[in-house]
Amino acid sequence: MVTSVGRVLKVLNINRCISCYSCMLACARTVYKSFSLRKSAVQIRSRGGLQSRLQADICRGCEDAPCAAACPTGALLPRKGGGVVYLPAKCNGCRECVKACIVRVIAFDEEEARPIVCIQCGTCARFCPHEVLAMVEG
Amino acid sequence: MLDGQVVRILKVDLTAQSFTVEERHDLVDSLGGVGTGTRLLAESLDPESPPLDPRQPIVLSIGPLTTIFPLATKTAAVFRSPLTGEWGESYAGMRLAFALRFSGYDAVVITGRAARPVYLVLSPAGVRFEDGRGLWGLSVDDTGRLLREWEPGRGHRSIIRIGPAGERCVAFAGVNVDTFRHFGRLGLGALFGSKNLKALVVHGELSYPIKNLRAYREVYEDIYRRVVHTEIMRKYHGLGTPANVSILNGVGALPTRNLQASSFENAEAISGETFAEQRLMRKLACTGCPVGCIHVALLRRQFAPDHEYESVTLAYDYELIYALGSLLGIGNTDDVLRLIEKVELLGLDAITTGVLLAWATEACEKALLPPNELGVTLAFGHAEGYLAAIDNLVIQPNDLYQTLARGLAAAVRRYGGEDFALLLGGHEMAGYHTGYGFLLGHAVGARHSHLCNDGYGFDQRFKGQVVPEKLVEHLLTEECWRNVLNSLCVCLFARAVYDEATTVRALRSIGLDWDVDGLHKLGREILRLKVQLKQAMGFDYRKIRFSSRFFQTPAMGKKLRKDILDNLLDHYCRALDDLVRA
Repeated sequence: MVTSVGRVLKVLNINRCISCYSCMLACARTVYKSFSLRKSAVQIRSRGGLQSRLQADICRGCEDAPCAAACPTGALLPRKGGGVVYLPAKCNGCRECVKACIVRVIAFDEEEARPIVCIQCGTCARFCPHEVLAMVEG
Repeated sequence: MLDGQVVRILKVDLTAQSFTVEERHDLVDSLGGVGTGTRLLAESLDPESPPLDPRQPIVLSIGPLTTIFPLATKTAAVFRSPLTGEWGESYAGMRLAFALRFSGYDAVVITGRAARPVYLVLSPAGVRFEDGRGLWGLSVDDTGRLLREWEPGRGHRSIIRIGPAGERCVAFAGVNVDTFRHFGRLGLGALFGSKNLKALVVHGELSYPIKNLRAYREVYEDIYRRVVHTEIMRKYHGLGTPANVSILNGVGALPTRNLQASSFENAEAISGETFAEQRLMRKLACTGCPVGCIHVALLRRQFAPDHEYESVTLAYDYELIYALGSLLGIGNTDDVLRLIEKVELLGLDAITTGVLLAWATEACEKALLPPNELGVTLAFGHAEGYLAAIDNLVIQPNDLYQTLARGLAAAVRRYGGEDFALLLGGHEMAGYHTGYGFLLGHAVGARHSHLCNDGYGFDQRFKGQVVPEKLVEHLLTEECWRNVLNSLCVCLFARAVYDEATTVRALRSIGLDWDVDGLHKLGREILRLKVQLKQAMGFDYRKIRFSSRFFQTPAMGKKLRKDILDNLLDHYCRALDDLVRA
């Protein structure tokens, strides 16, 4: 997948979300090679059933990302424009990044022993039918 | 099922409060959904016992494409209908199919009867039986609110539940799925109630690796593109199904005041355009569907002076506007929404409720119903009487309402009035007075729905011209192919997307080796098995009768003739016999 240089993922229009979960399916399929919505760095949830508003839990694309700072093996490196670059070969599955994430959106994939972390590729936004998610200049 | 080797069935016995998981290799060739469901029902159904006998099964079944392809969003429910006494089949979307997929079950079979109310929590670990007494008696809405609090898995689970109508075994009670969708038709809610089963919570987070990433992505992305970036699906996410109000009214096919008319002078006030412009609040989608056809309206009402308002949100569709609008002579959005709210909270099927009340209104005018038992005034166009009557259908305070709670066919047997009873094959009619195709198709479809075989589409395309062989062939071909789509559990709104070639490509991209001939063969086999089961439960196609009302009121500007329809039925029965024997 192509990293969208200099741009980061943002939630632009959450009120337009129809909860189709196409973004999660896209992330799982493209980045994690899985059918499971759990293996997605984007998580859409209702706040209290479908009568309520929806929310999108996404990586905020931090400058000087705390998850990268916490990574002891150099598997997560700060990315130009915000967020991180993930180098799976260097990851030892220690979960320090999960603990360090200040917006609590890094999940841990127990099967693969690796974090589910956003790499700012923008695939989720490409599969959003309502422009809820978009890649914008950081 | 995803591996193409085995079908995993969760079997739940409510009497013993136990469960088993069966892995069945022999069901792989039934594909999934209604294909697998029909076979499972055939294995456990008792045709000699009544529909609400504890031994009768509830079968829920998903398909091989569920969640992982666009619009593969439905769960099939198969059961013996307490409304018609025979074949019960219903579909619901929202999150249920997704939740079942990631719980690891391709199908669920529920039998028995709990000693006291329960709700079940399904997960990859199996079934948890929970005390449901705290939910019993509560509305569909309140039940959902409490279960959301009590059970984990926010956003990625499904909560399906019945309301008081299901608890009291109203023969046309539905099962609500995640607030905005339903197993509406044919009374699955009464089966839940008869089993003391208030709700199911399904929550699973299993994961499945993608084997052939390239092939899968190519097909997924092609289907996604056609769904989102072409015009194929536009009618479903624009005005949605309520667009039909204006269309059908314009051609004289909108059943009005118990089909005393086929156009409605207030159609514009309850049209899809009016709902969208004045009441539409947002749209939602089933999991894995980028279309988002679920139209949610805001109903705001004043409950006290000094600007005291409350608001509720309600999903609306064409069938609801027909059954609780034009058919009852209700000509404004807010009264339609109040009636929708009533059937939602109690957990009733909207179509049967509307058709039954429309008949009762006329039966009342003709003094067929005991006025002292009725207790309310039923008059076309007046919502208050209908709202009160719907409560009584659930409370069942006397013999009249106990009879009505068993559905229109039971009411007609008791009180007469069959010449204005809108029944087709024993089931209350959907909202398309388009002609012979609709009437015949609805009456002979396995689940007595316009969706079985597209008779109404045939009428609209051929403008009422009928060549018997052509119509019969269309109905049978459509019903068999829709058995395939319903085994895949794709939404029928996507039937133009999932053509033969696309369906085969999708299956092959995940390693399931099907071809077009094999799918068609399966579709015919499913119909054959359904027909055998229907006959075992006492249904006789040759005993189908059509109410004279269908011939009095013009369909698309043309009066229909009983002899022509009877002749078409005869043609159909012979063609069906050939198919079943083949």
